[in-house]
Amino acid sequence: MTRIAVAALTVCALIGISTYAAFYVAPTEQTMGLVQRIFYLHAPCGMTALFAFFVSFIGCIGYLLKRESKWDWLAVASAETGMAFCTVVLLTGPIWAHPAWGVWWAWDARLTSTLVLWLLYISYLVLRNMVEDPNRRAQICAFYGIFAFLDVPLVYGSIWWWRTQHPQPVVFTSGGLDPTMRKVFYLSWFALMCLMALLICQRYQLEKTREEVEVLKREVENA
Amino acid sequence: MNLLANTSALLGKELRTEFRSRELLTTTIVFVLLVVVLFSFTFDPSATESRRFGPGLLWLAFLFAASLMLQSCFLREQNNDTLGALRLAVADPFAIFLAKLSANTLFLFLTELLMIPVFTVLYNVPLLAVLPQLALVLFLGSFGLAVTGTALSAVSAQARMRELMLPLLLLPLLTPLLIASTEATAALFDVKPALRWDWVAILAAFDVVFLTAVWLFGEYLLEE
Repeated sequence: MTRIAVAALTVCALIGISTYAAFYVAPTEQTMGLVQRIFYLHAPCGMTALFAFFVSFIGCIGYLLKRESKWDWLAVASAETGMAFCTVVLLTGPIWAHPAWGVWWAWDARLTSTLVLWLLYISYLVLRNMVEDPNRRAQICAFYGIFAFLDVPLVYGSIWWWRTQHPQPVVFTSGGLDPTMRKVFYLSWFALMCLMALLICQRYQLEKTREEVEVLKREVENA
Repeated sequence: MNLLANTSALLGKELRTEFRSRELLTTTIVFVLLVVVLFSFTFDPSATESRRFGPGLLWLAFLFAASLMLQSCFLREQNNDTLGALRLAVADPFAIFLAKLSANTLFLFLTELLMIPVFTVLYNVPLLAVLPQLALVLFLGSFGLAVTGTALSAVSAQARMRELMLPLLLLPLLTPLLIASTEATAALFDVKPALRWDWVAILAAFDVVFLTAVWLFGEYLLEE
C-alpha cells in the first residue's frame, strides 16, 4: 500500500513539475502563441498511448505462447491505459487545431490514424465484455489484439499516402525545435510514461483480483 | 504437401456445400445489388458524379456484404458440432482456415465481378477496357476481406451478440484496405484510366501481413 502511495505521489509531483515547465519554463512559440503549449500534453500523450498499445501487443503474444493469465492481465491493463491516453490525444488535438488550422477536425494522416486506432481498441475492449469464460476470452482477445496492432502501420501508411497536413515531426529532427522546448517536451513525456506505468500496474492488480474473486465464486458455487 | 492436399479436400467440401444450397451467394449478390441501387438515390448518378462516388460506394457495399456473409462460415461448424471433427481430420489447422478463406475469396470475387456490368449499366461508367486491371484490384481486395473476415468470424462465433460483433471487429481493421482499394478503383474509373501500383502494393501488403498472422496464430482460435 505504502509503495503504491509513494509511486502515486511521485507521479503526481512529476506531472505537476512538467505542467509548470510547459506553462512557465518553455518559451512562447512565435506564430501560434500560447495555444502551442498544449503540444507538451498532446504529442507525449500520443507517443505514450502508442507505447501502451505496444505493451498490450506484447501481452497478447505472451498469452498465446505461454498460456499464463498474467499476460492477459497485462494486455488488458495496457490496452485500457492506452485508450485513456489516446482519448486525451483526440480531445487535445481539436483544441489546438481550431486556432491553428481554423477547423476542429481535419482528415489528416496522424489525426485519422489515431482515430482509427482508438476505434480498433474500443472494439477490443467491447469484445472482452462479450465472452464469459476467462480462458476463451483471453485467447480470442489476444488474437484480436495482435490483429489490431498489426493494422497500425498499415492504417498509418495508407492514410499518410492518402492525405497529410499535420505539422511534420519536429522533435527528433535536429534544429526544428528550440532546446528548452525540447527539454520540456522530454520531461512531459517522461512524466506521462511514469503515469502510464502506474496505471498499468494498478489495472493489472485489479484484473488479477477480479480473476481471484471469480475463482473463489466458482468454488463456493461448486461446494 | 499434406497441407495442400488437406486444403483442397476441405475447399471441395466448402464449395460443394455452397453450390448445393447456393444460399450464401444468392443472398450476398442480392444484398450488394440492393446497396448499389439504393445508393443511386443519394446523389445524382451522372457519369461524372459516378466516377467520383462510384468506387467508394462499391467498396463500402463489398465491405458490408463481407461482414454479413462471413458470419456463417464458422457458425455453421459450431451449430453442427463439426469443428472438433475438422480439427481431428487435419494435421495442420491452418488448412481449415486456408480452405475457408479461399472459398470466401472466390464467393466475394464472383459477387464483385457480377456487380461490375450492373454498375456499368446503372451508373454509365464504361469499364470493359480496364477489366483485367480491375479484376486484379478486386481480387486483392476480396482476398484481404476474406483473410481478416474468416479469422474474425472464428473470433465472433465465440462471443455474445455475434451478429454485431463481426462488423464491429472487422470494419475498423479494414480501413487500410478500404482506402487502398477505393483509390486504386478510382484511378481505373477515371476518364484516363491508370493502374496505381502504389495502392496495389498496399493491398498486397495488407493481404500478406494478415495471412501470415493467421498462419502463425490461427490455430489458437480453433482449440476446444
